[in-house]
This record gives sequence, C-alpha cells and structure tokens, in this order.
Amino acid sequence: MDFEDTPEEAEFRAEVQAWLKANAPKNASANAFSADLNEAEALKIAKEWQAKKADARYAKITWPREIGGMGGTPIQNVIYSQEEAKYALPGGFFDIGLGMCIPTLLTHGTPEQAERYTKPALYGEEIWCQLFSEPAAGSDLAGIRTRAEKDGDEWVVNGQKIWTSGAHYSDYGILVTRSNPDVPKHKGLTFFFLDMKTPGVEVKPIKQISGGANFNEVYFTDVRIPDSQRLGAEGDGWKVSLTTLMNERAAIGGGGGALGSDELLKLFRGIEMHDGPAINNMAVRERLADWYVQGQGLKYTRFRSLTALSKGETPGPENSIGKAVSAPRGQDYTSFALELMELGGMITDPDLAPLKAGFQSGWLFAPAMRIAGGTDEILKNIIAERVLGLPGEIRVDKDTPFNELPTGH
Amino acid sequence: MNFDFSDDQKLLKDQANKFLQDKCDLTVVRRILDGDELYEADVWKGIVEMGWTGTAIPEEYGGIGLGHLELCMIAEELGRSLAPVPFSSSVYLATEALLIAASEDQKQKYLPALAAGEMIGTLALNEGTQAATPRTIKASYSGGKISGTKLPVPDGDIANFAVVAVKTGSGSDEGAISLAVVDLTGEGVTRTPVTTLDPTRNLSNITFDNAPAELVGAEGSGWSTIRQVLDRAAVLTAFEQVGGADAALNTAKEYALGRYAFGRPIASFQAIKHKLADMYIKNELARSNSYYGAWALSTNAPDLPAAAAGARIAATDAFNFAAKENIQTHGGMGFTWEFDCHLFYRRAKLLSVSLGSALSWKDKLVSELEKRNAA
Ligand SMILES: Cc1cc2nc3c(=O)[nH]c(=O)nc-3n(C[C@H](O)[C@H](O)[C@H](O)COP(=O)(O)OP(=O)(O)OC[C@H]3O[C@@H](n4cnc5c(N)ncnc54)[C@H](O)[C@@H]3O)c2cc1C
Repeated sequence: MDFEDTPEEAEFRAEVQAWLKANAPKNASANAFSADLNEAEALKIAKEWQAKKADARYAKITWPREIGGMGGTPIQNVIYSQEEAKYALPGGFFDIGLGMCIPTLLTHGTPEQAERYTKPALYGEEIWCQLFSEPAAGSDLAGIRTRAEKDGDEWVVNGQKIWTSGAHYSDYGILVTRSNPDVPKHKGLTFFFLDMKTPGVEVKPIKQISGGANFNEVYFTDVRIPDSQRLGAEGDGWKVSLTTLMNERAAIGGGGGALGSDELLKLFRGIEMHDGPAINNMAVRERLADWYVQGQGLKYTRFRSLTALSKGETPGPENSIGKAVSAPRGQDYTSFALELMELGGMITDPDLAPLKAGFQSGWLFAPAMRIAGGTDEILKNIIAERVLGLPGEIRVDKDTPFNELPTGH
Repeated sequence: MNFDFSDDQKLLKDQANKFLQDKCDLTVVRRILDGDELYEADVWKGIVEMGWTGTAIPEEYGGIGLGHLELCMIAEELGRSLAPVPFSSSVYLATEALLIAASEDQKQKYLPALAAGEMIGTLALNEGTQAATPRTIKASYSGGKISGTKLPVPDGDIANFAVVAVKTGSGSDEGAISLAVVDLTGEGVTRTPVTTLDPTRNLSNITFDNAPAELVGAEGSGWSTIRQVLDRAAVLTAFEQVGGADAALNTAKEYALGRYAFGRPIASFQAIKHKLADMYIKNELARSNSYYGAWALSTNAPDLPAAAAGARIAATDAFNFAAKENIQTHGGMGFTWEFDCHLFYRRAKLLSVSLGSALSWKDKLVSELEKRNAA
C-alpha cells in the first residue's frame, strides 16, 4: 500500500507539471458557476486556455489521437486533473460539451459530423449545452413533452427546455424531443443536435438563488432542424439519451475531497463565542471532525478507484457515493458556518463578512449541488438498485401511451 | 498509487473468512451469549494454529513476521463474524504495548507465548466508568508490587497477564504514569466478571492487592505508550467495525428481499432502499478512512494519530448505524432474542465505547488538525 506514482506515472506527472508551469495563465481564478465573476471575462480566459490545452493534447487525454486526444489512460487523465487543480484555472464551460455532447455525437453521428464538430469543441471555439430537462420532466427525463414533428427532410420543434446550463453562451445543443405521444413514454423520443442560433430558439436566463444566472429556459417555436441532425433512429431517443447520461457519471479524481476542512478550521479559530474561540467549543469540534472524516472518506474512496484504474481494472461501485455525500456535506457545513458567524452570517459584503463571504455564497449555491446531475434521492435509488441489487421503483407509466398519462405541475 | 491491499493480503482475508464461516457462524456466537463460557475456546485454538496471534510479531520472537496490513485483514473478518474471542485484547492491546515498550527480556518472555497462544494478554487501563486520563489513574506501583482496581478490563477474566497503567509519579500529568506487567493468575489478584451489553465479550473488574509486577518501559513513559497503543488499536478495531457493518448491511438486505408486505418485497419500498443506501455510503466512508488508517499504521506515519481517529470515527458511525437500522429493517422480528440482529447491535456499541467514545476521538482529531495547521 502506498501513494506513490509508478515510474511511468511519475514521468507523466513531471511532464504535466512542467507544461502547466510554462503555460498556465497567472491569477486566473474563474469558474463558470461562481456568482461574483464577470462571465464574459472568465469565458475569454477559459477559451484561450482551452485552445492551449487542445494544442498540447491535454484537452481530452483519453480520446484517441486521431480526433485530437492524447490516446492516454484514465489514470493519466486523473494526474492531469490533480495537477491542473493546483492552479486556479477557469473551468466549467466545456465540460458538458466534451464530457457529454461530443461523446454522444461520436457514438451516434456520422463520421463527417464527428470530423466537423469535435475539433472546434476541443479548442473551446464552439460550446455545447444539454437540452434535456423540462418544466414537467427532470428526474423523470423520459417524460419530456417538447414536440418534434416530421415535415419532409426537416423536423419542426415546439416546446420548452429548462435549467439548460450555459445555453446563453452555447453555440450548439443536444436535444431530446417527443416525436410520438401515442406510444409509452420511452418509445416516442427522438434525439437531435442543433445550432443555438437556429430561428425560433429563444434563450432566457433564469436567476438563481445564488444571484447568478448560469442556467436558462430555452423556448422552441417552429424550430426547423434538418433530419440529418437526428442522432439515432426516429423513436430511439431514449437509447441515445442514455449514452449522454452514462458519460455524465461523476468523473474520478481532480480536486481534494477534504476540501473545506482547512477553511473551516480557520473560520472556527477566528470566530469568538461568548466563552472563547469557536474552535474550543465541543459542539463545534464535533461537527468539524464529522466533516473532516467525510471529506477524507471521499478522498480515499477516490484513491481506491484510482488504484483500480492504475492497475488497468474497472473501479468498483464505491465511487457512486461521491455526490450523495459531498453535496449534503457542503450544505451542512456552510449552513453551520453561517450560524457560527452569528450576525455576521447575514452579511454578504466580502469586505465585512468573515472569510470574504465565501461561506455565504457557498451556502446559497449548495442546494444546486443536491439537485443537478441527479438529485440526492435519485442517487440513492441508483445505489440501492445498481449497487445493492434491490428492486427497481414500481413504474405505473411504463406501458401507457404517453398522451394518456396523468400530469401535475 | 497503490491504495489497496496486496493479493497475498486479500488471500489471507479470504482464508480468514472461510475459517470463520466454517467454525464461527452466529450459532457459535450464540453459545457464548447464552452459556457460561467466557469465550469460544475451539475457535481461539484454530486462530492460534493459523498463526493469527503472531501476525505482527517478528519472527525472532516466535511470530510470523507479517505486518499490520495483514492484521487489518484478519480484524475485518473477526468483526464480520462477531467472533467471541479475546483477540483484540491480546493482539491489538497487550502485544502492541509490549512491542512498543518492553525490554528485550520481557519480549523474549511474552511475545513467543502470545504468538503461540500459550498466553493471552490484555491492557488494564480504566479505573471506573469515565474515560481514562492521567488524572484518573490511581493504581499505585512501588517496590515491584501494584495495588488498585481496574474496571472494566477487556477479557480480564480470560487473560493470563495484563499490562497495567499505574501511577508512579506525584503529579497528575502524563509523566506520572507508567506501565507494569502483572500475572493475573498470581497472588494479590482478584477478578470478577462484569455483566455487559455484549455478553459475547468478557469484561472484568480486577483488584490488585500488592500483586507482583514489573515495569514495562521507562518509568513515566507509560502514557506515551498508551497513546500509541490506542491509535494502533483504533485502526485495527475500525476494521472489525467495518466487517461488522458490512455483515449487518448484508443481513438487512437479505431480509428485505425475502420479506413481503403490501404485496411486494419490503426491499422495494423507497424508505428501506434509501436506508440501505445510507448504510452502504457510511460503510464505504468507513472503509476508505480505515484503509488510510491501515496505511498510516503500517508505515508508522506521522499522521497516524489523525488517521486512526478518522478511521475510528467513521467506522464507529457506520457500525452503530448499520446495526440499529438492521433491526429496524427486520421489524418486530429484529427485536427478538431469537433473531441475530441484537448480536450486531450489542457488538457495535461495545466496540464503539471500548476504546473511548466517538466524542473523545473527535476532540482528539480536531486537536491533531490544530497541531498540523499551527495557528
Ligand atoms: C445547477 C443546475 C444545473 C442544471 N443544468 C442542466 C443542464 O445543463 N441541462 C439539463 O437538461 N438539466 C439541467 N439541470 C436540471 C437537473 O437535471 C434537474 O433539475 C434534476 O434532474 C431534477 O429534476 P427536476 O428539477 O425536474 O426535479 P423533479 O424531478 O421534479 O424532483 C423534485 C423532487 O422529487 C424527487 N423525486 C423525483 N423522482 C423521484 C423518485 N423516483 N424517487 C424519489 N424522489 C424522486 C427529487 O429527488 C426531488 O427532490 C440542472 C439543474 C441545476 C440545479
């Protein structure tokens, strides 16, 4: 048992370190989802950085060289993420495109389409978004209603998507629609990709709890999409969606699972309670210990998976616990931190609030993490069914034609 | 990165699992629960024959000279089977204390006998129901004799000897504490079993009245040794807890799949599914923290105190949770003496309290973090 790189891994890490040192932009602290940052500026830095990475083949390490990747191993990908995480680099803009949309296109599109769209996405020249969720269908994705009707060589799309991250700066999107409402819900879906500038597409930002507006409503009014942009057969949209969702599964590696514990310790040291610094209070110590142990647990769970990858094996199911632990944990400790700040917990002015109001914005963003990419409840269903082998949910809507299903709000 | 046990270590774990399934299923555990014997002598004999008691004892002292990683593998299986044997007292506590602090003569005398199962040892630390600190140690040592009362001593009625925490200095600080080894079958020792939450493990009330004793390690170094022993035992016990928690989850799962209510298996109710998913999540967090503890233990890393605390906190949480929710999953059946759920419930609490409560380990963990991030 050790934490050492193999000689090949160490060599790769050294290459990455040298390259990052020579190329990473200085002082670039930016993230697509940080509330207080000028998005246009962050995007500009991010695009430049992405192009550099793509040139050096670090943009998609595990992709084959023919399509612009490095032909590297999953463990190399993790090593790169670990090293890149040491720099405050802009991120979040290309993950949906490169992590979900392009892989779907590569699996279900034509070679010409792959050729046309892969490289600009890799270089950050074209950004993609995922037009899946709708007002009436999120967890139950197969319940979407946006209609696609065939008209000659084209499809006419009408309806509404919601929660589409980055739609406002995206060039392309992948879209799942209902092409046949007369059959049960999984059978009547058809999948497309489209140019976000197609006439009839309207993007309206949604203001979030956190004050930012990273996701959007996207309206479709008589949007015409050529049949050549259909991915998968007519009626096979569910199968194609699963390709996307499989690629969405939480990536391994990268940042530290114990993140937050040092900041918490710092905070708890700095806050005076009636009987002295908060860190001396046993209630505070107990909670800090719990969060530290959860953070360590996630970190070393990832290390177990990495070990499997490093040996060329498939990681075990233990990695599935990640977001189900980290999202509630983040909400818990930011919430507790605000309580401890007493009146200061209400203040969001970075000049007045402790630790530059980082815990305030963290707390405001925390609910999103428990919802996006699978809610806590859905993740537990998945663990129960796929890891523990318990029976699936009873599906009352499985065999009923979609247009005969009861609807709510 | 190689954050996993080796194939040989896993093989050892498989062997341990097979042996215990074969020789120590829950009907065997129940014999101790319902009977008068203090431990399961046949299982213990088998354990000794396989050399488990000498796992971390160097070959020069009659052990098999493997290491703590191997011991972790055995611990997980002992925990899974709820084996009613004095393994933890003799191996994690007494053996480790001697490995850390004993003189060469003492090592020659005790370690081969421990490895061969001719002796069973324990650590007599606490004096009453509160957690032990240098201030709570009153047992006195002078002129080669000790006097005082130790309660509760794990496996104290089974062990032949104990490493005893005694007061040798005048103050109440750590430097006032030493360790002494005492023959529990000799003169001046009175032992009485204590009734406990988990009757499958023995606890004893021991009174020493001028019992012959010999210091282990330098006078005044006792507390430092105790701290190290408790860190090591915390990691090893965490593996027992992980094994127990895993067994409790499996028991709950099997029952939930087979029990029907409202026309369907109770395993299909989401409240039950999420309960079991929560068990799984806690078990994995415990396992990962314990692996890190194992690494720190086997390399004697400076981070061992924090790693041990992390393993202990996570594993205590996981086993307590799995044990209580396993009963809940069984409904009324879970509350019967006849079903095995209470065996896990009892053992989980015994293990969670025995080396100091979760709260005290959390306090200790934060102290380690404070040291690491010096203000
Ligand atoms: C920050 C953020 C970014 C997002 N980005 C995108 C994006 O880019 N593209 C996109 O398509 N979508 C995106 N989403 C949408 C996201 O995928 C959905 O919000 C999510 O799947 C939940 O769907 P919903 O909001 O419709 O809630 P619902 O599905 O209506 O869920 C409401 C509640 O019911 C519970 N529930 C639902 N079904 C079950 C069940 N079977 N068992 C138990 N409980 C259940 C849920 O857990 C939840 O608590 C984003 C969401 C957020 C918060």
